[in-house]
Amino acid sequence: MLDACGVAHADELFAHLPEAVRLKRPLALDAGVSEYEIVQYFRDRAAENANGYASFLGAGVYRHYRPVLVDTVVSRGEFLTSYTPYQAEISQGTLTAIFEFQTMLCQLTGMDVANASMYDGSTAVPEAAMMAVRATGKGHVLIARSVHPEYREVLHTYARHQGMPVTEFGYVPEAGTIDLEDLDRKLDGLTAAVIVQSPNFFGIVDQVKAAAEMAHQRGALLVVVFTEAVSMGLVEPPVDADIVAGELQSFAISPSYGGPYAGILAIKEKLIRQMPGRLVGQSTDTHGNRAFCLTLATREQHIRREKATSNICTNQALIALMATVFMTVYGKEGLRELATQNLAKAHYLAGKLAPRFCGKFFNEFVARVDDPEAANKALLKKKIIGGLPLARFYPELPDAVLLCATEMNTRAEMDAVAEVLG
Amino acid sequence: MYPENLRYTKEHEWLLVEGDTGTVGITDHAQEELGDIVYVDLPRVGTQLTQAGALGSVESVKAVSEIYSPAAGEVTEINGTLADAPEKLNEDPYGAGWLVKIKLSDAAQAAGLMNAADYEAYVGAEK
Amino acid sequence: MIEKVREHLSQNEPLLFERSSPGKCAYQLPALDVPPVDPAEALGAENVRAEIEGFPEVSEVEAIRHFTRLSTWNYAIDHGMYPLGSCTMKYNPRINELVARTEALAWAHPYQPEALAQGSMEVMARMEAALAEITGMDAVTLQPAAGAHGELTGILLIRALLQQRGNPRRKILIPDSAHGTNPATAAIAGYAVQNIKSSESGVLDVSALEQLVTDDVAALMVTNPNTLGVFEENIIHAAEILHAKGAMLYMDGANMNALVGIARPGDFGVDVMHLNLHKTFSTPHGGGGPGAGPVAVKAALEPFLPTPRLKRAGKRWAYDYKRKHSIGRVKAFYGNFGVLVRALAYILAHGGPGLRNATVDAVLNAVYIRKKLEPYYELPYPSPNMHEVVFSDERQARHGVRTGDLAKRLIDYGFHPYTVSFPLIVHGALMIEPTETEGKMEIDQFVNAMISIAREAETDPQLVKSAPHGTRTSRVDEVAAARKPVLRWKPA
Repeated sequence: MLDACGVAHADELFAHLPEAVRLKRPLALDAGVSEYEIVQYFRDRAAENANGYASFLGAGVYRHYRPVLVDTVVSRGEFLTSYTPYQAEISQGTLTAIFEFQTMLCQLTGMDVANASMYDGSTAVPEAAMMAVRATGKGHVLIARSVHPEYREVLHTYARHQGMPVTEFGYVPEAGTIDLEDLDRKLDGLTAAVIVQSPNFFGIVDQVKAAAEMAHQRGALLVVVFTEAVSMGLVEPPVDADIVAGELQSFAISPSYGGPYAGILAIKEKLIRQMPGRLVGQSTDTHGNRAFCLTLATREQHIRREKATSNICTNQALIALMATVFMTVYGKEGLRELATQNLAKAHYLAGKLAPRFCGKFFNEFVARVDDPEAANKALLKKKIIGGLPLARFYPELPDAVLLCATEMNTRAEMDAVAEVLG
Repeated sequence: MYPENLRYTKEHEWLLVEGDTGTVGITDHAQEELGDIVYVDLPRVGTQLTQAGALGSVESVKAVSEIYSPAAGEVTEINGTLADAPEKLNEDPYGAGWLVKIKLSDAAQAAGLMNAADYEAYVGAEK
Repeated sequence: MIEKVREHLSQNEPLLFERSSPGKCAYQLPALDVPPVDPAEALGAENVRAEIEGFPEVSEVEAIRHFTRLSTWNYAIDHGMYPLGSCTMKYNPRINELVARTEALAWAHPYQPEALAQGSMEVMARMEAALAEITGMDAVTLQPAAGAHGELTGILLIRALLQQRGNPRRKILIPDSAHGTNPATAAIAGYAVQNIKSSESGVLDVSALEQLVTDDVAALMVTNPNTLGVFEENIIHAAEILHAKGAMLYMDGANMNALVGIARPGDFGVDVMHLNLHKTFSTPHGGGGPGAGPVAVKAALEPFLPTPRLKRAGKRWAYDYKRKHSIGRVKAFYGNFGVLVRALAYILAHGGPGLRNATVDAVLNAVYIRKKLEPYYELPYPSPNMHEVVFSDERQARHGVRTGDLAKRLIDYGFHPYTVSFPLIVHGALMIEPTETEGKMEIDQFVNAMISIAREAETDPQLVKSAPHGTRTSRVDEVAAARKPVLRWKPA
């Protein structure tokens, strides 16, 4: 091969690089190690993390059992090591699975069209906001304080440079639902979107219908965010929304210390040309057989460049596939039963504690706890990771802890929590 | 080769002047370059257009092309049939594939555009 | 003669919804150990949904067969080479998959107490250090989820620094050879895009740059080597021009596979850059993602990095949230940790010398392909190429055969197509990047296939234009898909 390239030594292939740019020493990295040593390295790191603890943390990332079939399917080399399905003839596996994914997301959310995933729920929010601005021609965005705090932070980062003022509106202190009066005061003719979350960050099923009416009356779009996808097994979907922006981590995606996850955008039909991200469409091949392909690509960066609906290129295809397998394994009845179990678990725990809000909740709720840090310390001694003290995000709630109970929490664990917190 | 009764722009749009009404479309050369057209983005009725200002865009599967208005005026009618049948631009770019009708602010602007012979020469030179 | 592949293996299989029938199921939940709760009572009757209409109901066996059959319709790196330029489709080591699933790493919750997340934090710290060394930069953020996301982060960092100096400026210069995400990113960051034309030899035109860099220009976004696979020989000079006017140099790190261990962007004037872990660092594409797009910066930009940052607290790691100048968060939590684990495993496996060897092999493979194909395909730019090479379809176009057709015919030879029609500065581009993964045998098969197709373009163009012939589906009607989009299944 060197002969064919006309060089005696491979290093000559770099001879054309200017002297000044060439690295004149080896990289200061350890030499390569064996498979066994790599496994050992990560085992050692794992040993430095929590091992064998029960957990009552939710707050945007949820512990749900991952059906065995999920990893079986995504570990297949044909899915794992394949590329974006730009060449439809040799990517029908990926394209078909995404088409099924898009369909199931529409069925779950009550929307008309779902895309083939965004990076995660937190980045789906600014994308939804930007869509609303494009679609309405207006510039302001309103977001509820009961939307996940880190999601709001991400929106602020994106919005700051788009000339897109973002204003937050509050929640009702007793119920934990959105403050409709505050929303009413802040909504005006310049509002492009009203963004709410349901179930919200406090776990409470929020006033989506009322928010929709208000927003639509003033010519704004309603964006509904979700972080706990399992809720859609039981809770009425936000059919009044124009855009649903959510996180699918609950569907067999490992918590994995924060990522990778899969966000989705699902929309009403009228907004289709404003939607970022990849879309799979149904068509036929030259023999008339059903076949799928990526479509409406003219929205995307590789064609529109600076006029694109977004700069997004990579999606979360493999993660979306995990969610697709999860949804298939549980199916119509299973997802409902799973959600019902989650409801029961959380309500059992809440029944033994002092819920801070009276609003109706799914599998997360806020408990009144005098000294959250001390309580959590005591729980750690029982090898239980307690809920999230809210003071860090809501300074007005220093005596509040956000607890989540799923099908993975046992009665004994919950009784132990009640003993310490109750 | 190109209809004699139309005027043409360097961006491959055509203009038909009838009194103070102008009809705008894209030329056969343009539709051929674009390939199969899948979507047309047109302005709202009432929009004020400037000469050479953006009017909308035409999309094929793999490309988007901006359309510029050959003359200034107000949009009075848009070709709604294109939403369901964008292929009309490919099949009949001078007839059924018309894009918008405008009330011309200055019908004399048409005189500054190319006639059929000039446009044909222009396209030939471009190739 | 096609040596590599038979007719595309293809099971038949309907959609999940077409397989469904009521009552079939693939799950079993444990019995509830707490009293059941009436949903209507707990949520309010108006908040309880009716059934999920149309949702699949299949058995476990049907589920596994469904996805297995679907998988047989895909091409993948495990099957063979992807010569996709700019994508760096290298082998996805399976050890990465194993370690990413280590239980206490895979189940770690981002909000678990720092004392119980030291392992994850150490992994992230190690990654930051390794990437800083590889790029020659001073600090790294692992928060961005993908390359384009990293680009946005990088441009926001530039904006923040320039803002602090008094003027964020209004324009960003982008070469006409750039990847589409570059201008799209600049627009989202609130900058106007100004295109800069490449020189006749396909590289950055430094005299043009000199003219264009004013006090109104915030940065130049450059890819190095560029999208032609050619090293930007004037990069140091370009950096000087920019810095003299108070502007910054952003590097798109998509082509790092040509530089690791050979040259470091931090050493040739780059202020900020992103990396694509799913390209250079072997994390799997999985049909389109996930990726990760860490951003590396020089010290001047460090204060603006997304919050939080890792810091040392005695013998432990802790998070620093008190960062006044930070641009804020670009994503919830800390980054695509699972992808970082895979990339770190890759780095550990190769080590310093191994990473450099990979780069050398990647370039050797690409130069070899160039030499072998030069007699048959038009090479628009004669400059030395690095890890990828770009041809044009000029010779084949004389017979009416374009790059897209050649690409489809390559499928019949058992390969995934190369990158078609990019970069835009080459008419009818064929962009080929083999990566270091491919051995001589696979590359020779690819070269022979390309030579055969070049011949077919002359002797039997129709064969090429109607390809592929041996796949599950023939060419898909993308026009119909765009004219009348059908984006979900609906019952008849």
